[in-house]
Amino acid sequence: MDALNLFIKSIFIDNMIFASFLGMCSYLAVSKTVKTSVGLGAAVIFVLLVTVPVNYLLENFILKPGALSWLGDGYKDVDLSFLSFIMFIAVIAAIVQLVEMIVEKFAPALYGQLGIFLPLIAVNCAIMGASLFMQQKNFPSIGTATVYALGAGIGWFIAIVLMAAIREKISYSNVPAPLKGVGIAFIVCGLMAIAFMSFMGIKL
Amino acid sequence: MAQTKNSELLKNPLNLNNPITVQVLGICSALAVTVKLEPAIVMAISVTVVTALANLIISLIRNTIPSRIRIIVQLVVVSFLVILVDQVLKAFMYELDKALSVYVGLIITNCIVMGRLEAFALGNKPLPALLDGIGNGFGYGAILVIVAFVRELFGSGTLFGVQVIPDACYELGYSNCGFMLNPPMALILIGIVIWIQRAKVKELQEK
Repeated sequence: MDALNLFIKSIFIDNMIFASFLGMCSYLAVSKTVKTSVGLGAAVIFVLLVTVPVNYLLENFILKPGALSWLGDGYKDVDLSFLSFIMFIAVIAAIVQLVEMIVEKFAPALYGQLGIFLPLIAVNCAIMGASLFMQQKNFPSIGTATVYALGAGIGWFIAIVLMAAIREKISYSNVPAPLKGVGIAFIVCGLMAIAFMSFMGIKL
Repeated sequence: MAQTKNSELLKNPLNLNNPITVQVLGICSALAVTVKLEPAIVMAISVTVVTALANLIISLIRNTIPSRIRIIVQLVVVSFLVILVDQVLKAFMYELDKALSVYVGLIITNCIVMGRLEAFALGNKPLPALLDGIGNGFGYGAILVIVAFVRELFGSGTLFGVQVIPDACYELGYSNCGFMLNPPMALILIGIVIWIQRAKVKELQEK
């Protein structure tokens, strides 16, 4: 039940875009058509699902204070947590590269669809943010961390597809000239965030 | 090559080439830390320091980086700088560091830093690169301060944690707009800032 709660919570209430603004840059840049946004959204879910569990293991067996105690008593007091930023980003960059190669080899069609988005994901704040939130929230097991990653990814996916659908329609309407493009996108995103606030306080 | 003047490198990002409103980079952190002025300013300074130094370092070693692995090299340099900033914040401003939470770490993936490295530092001499970094940091900071000012003033009636709206107003029935403290308002405020800027500077308008 806890896992389901966390899942729903990370999709709707702690939504990456609307509650913590993570991955806004690519969100605004890529949400112009539904098709590309579906591609990017899927890539984000995928990369999150791989990186967060790996970083969870890294955090709990290498970086956390006392995490190295499996090496012997002498390592009990070692605290490497100051290294976590550089480790996380290295893992993310490496995994993105790996995923890119694997997808290219085994699923060329998918690779063609994701195309330029895959390498861009390495610098998507949502990926790094999910790992940092994972570190902050201190999940009890790798399972919960994975559920969190899945929820966060799906939340991001929903947000970007909704936004793309709205922006496709906006291009037919008469927006004031100074607001065209990015300006209206920000305001629409704000209004959507207000709508998502109505999920707040839901407990399962 | 027409060398852009050094003073323009500092000035342009403040308005015509602002990283947030024109280049649309680095939005993530810009929105989340602007509930109060103090964290916003600390964040702005941190980003300026990181962008400027990262630009300088990458520009110094730009001829030795193989282009295939440049992203990794950039990430390593940037995360090294961010770790330094984080440790300094933890040592001297622990409370603020807690308030900024994950957003300090997220400077690494802040698109402003990477964007400037890719677009400018890789192809320019160290001094212009340093100035470009400082300029973009300030441009980012300016928007942060504007948004944080409005949100703190109307959301909590304070500036830097000091109450500025007199008690008499509250007695007359004025109350703080709690909605300003919620995330959606940050998005809408930035939208409005873009609106005002583009209404003034016509050439920035999109077709």
